[in-house]
Amino acid sequence: MNTFGKRAADIAVWLLLLSMPYWLNWIGGYTSLGSRVLVLALAAMSLNFLLGFTGVLSFGHAAYFGLGVYGAALTIKYLTPSTLAGIAVGVIAGTVAAAIIGALIVRLRGIYFAMVTIAFGQVFYFIAYRWNSVTGGDDGLSGWQRLPIDLGFTTVDILGNDKAFYYLVLACFAIAVAIMAALLRSPFGRTLLAIRENERRARFLGIPVDRHIWLSWVISCLFVSLAGTLYAFLNNFADPHDLRWDQSGDFVIMAVLGGMRVFWGPLIGAAIFVVLQDYISSETANWMSFIGLFFVLVVLFFPRGVLGLIQRRAAP
Amino acid sequence: MTQLLLFNLFNGLIIGAFYALMALGLSLILNLSGVINFAHGGFLAIGGYLAYMLIPYIGFWGALAVAPVLTAGLGLVVERVLIRPLYGRDPLYSLLLTFGLAFILEDGTRYIWGPATLPFAVPGWLSSPLSNTLFFLTGYRMFMVALVVVAVIGLFLILNRTRLGMRIRAGTLDLETVSVLGVNTRILRNLNFGLGIYLAGLAGVLAAGMLGLQPTIGSTLIMPSFVAIIIGGLGSLPGTLLGGLLIGVASGVTTVFFPSASEAVIYVIMGLVLPVRPRGLLGEEGRF
Repeated sequence: MNTFGKRAADIAVWLLLLSMPYWLNWIGGYTSLGSRVLVLALAAMSLNFLLGFTGVLSFGHAAYFGLGVYGAALTIKYLTPSTLAGIAVGVIAGTVAAAIIGALIVRLRGIYFAMVTIAFGQVFYFIAYRWNSVTGGDDGLSGWQRLPIDLGFTTVDILGNDKAFYYLVLACFAIAVAIMAALLRSPFGRTLLAIRENERRARFLGIPVDRHIWLSWVISCLFVSLAGTLYAFLNNFADPHDLRWDQSGDFVIMAVLGGMRVFWGPLIGAAIFVVLQDYISSETANWMSFIGLFFVLVVLFFPRGVLGLIQRRAAP
Repeated sequence: MTQLLLFNLFNGLIIGAFYALMALGLSLILNLSGVINFAHGGFLAIGGYLAYMLIPYIGFWGALAVAPVLTAGLGLVVERVLIRPLYGRDPLYSLLLTFGLAFILEDGTRYIWGPATLPFAVPGWLSSPLSNTLFFLTGYRMFMVALVVVAVIGLFLILNRTRLGMRIRAGTLDLETVSVLGVNTRILRNLNFGLGIYLAGLAGVLAAGMLGLQPTIGSTLIMPSFVAIIIGGLGSLPGTLLGGLLIGVASGVTTVFFPSASEAVIYVIMGLVLPVRPRGLLGEEGRF
């Protein structure tokens, strides 16, 4: 796609997202569904920073998403009733955990890396599941809610007003996405692409590959935990299943479904996935089978994803 | 206290034997085909449920013999239809596919047999304790350990003494060369997948007798099996066996002192092993 086309696509995406609360109801949606799409899209795009643009397969991103969820929830419930403090604590918790675990696993590659990320992800699940007195165990953590944000000159009522909350999510989404896009355009991002395309050659060029992968991993987990904090506020609830390996799989399928090699791909993937899941789980109790079947069909018939397919058609 | 410790140690050993049996099947498939089979737990559940269906007709022993074979048959079909097209593609895709398959299998068993735990009858003489002081040494548990030992010895005999096993081991090292030497690697991978699923089915029948049957039985057992493979070392079957027994015993012992950490402890062990030996305890240098 040429530069003009890309610019037009970017503008179209932002216009659609900015106006979403005003047209979503017309087509049978509701505002919090829009927020859900945005939050999960942020998670999937953060994962894709690592998966699609660094070429590293992580199947354990739910752990850092979940740390964001629980970091935010526990802060509001036990420490201080402040939405912004919740976001800060959740992001720090997820990023620090990712930095430590990343240092342990950064030398591993391919399926070995994937397996270790899956396994490490489960640690936090079991902690949330077992530490009943603090995390609420299997029942999840409720009895708290997001709170209006006091900006000094005015108060934003994100609790009572779904649209206000949507725009908070959109603001966080925009900041995170802009940072990731800028990083990918920078020499650092180009280096990540080089590692994806040919790791050995990158190494021969003197690029410290492990350090770059570690950085990419930490950045990716940072934004995933940001998505996690927003997800906690969206539901006003922390669920241990947000930390489990099936959640990680959901993020990966969103990225693949939308198109891993395209920046906006995971956004499309998340939109399709969330709408489909919303519809199926309201229609049948056997939604797990349908989601599973959906995974199988995407892999067999749609491996390039929606945008990947369109881009291939457009390019001669 | 000693008795409690002994009890949990032995319990851990049994659980470890399960993990090992399941992890060995996963490892076989991973080593030869580079596929992380998320659906392994689903196949385990299928093995258990098939045995449950067969017991009224052919008894426990018949079911023990037949159910894993049927499960392996299903595995052969799944490999042929769904997984074969993905060889040579990014491992991401086979991972996602088996992930979806795991959902389908778990939900399918729930749909067919219901969400409740089904009682699974083992022969009466097997379920009574062998001695009064060591109440936990039931015949079934001893039998289970013995059967796992037999299965593991059988697996290593197949791998080391038969033509198929030799080809599997050779293919693990260099599939291309094996193919050039005139071995049909499609059939080889298919049979190898079936062998791995057979072990899952066998583990399913044994697990059903001990834990009772429920649709989530597979998904609770699969994660520790992954950890067993990682700790033992990717590419090494003895390593996988060692890893399984190690984490089983570790979580058994932890149950005595700090019950709520019994699941988390295996991940702690993994976190300790990886920085020291990134390839796992018995893994080969540089393979992964």
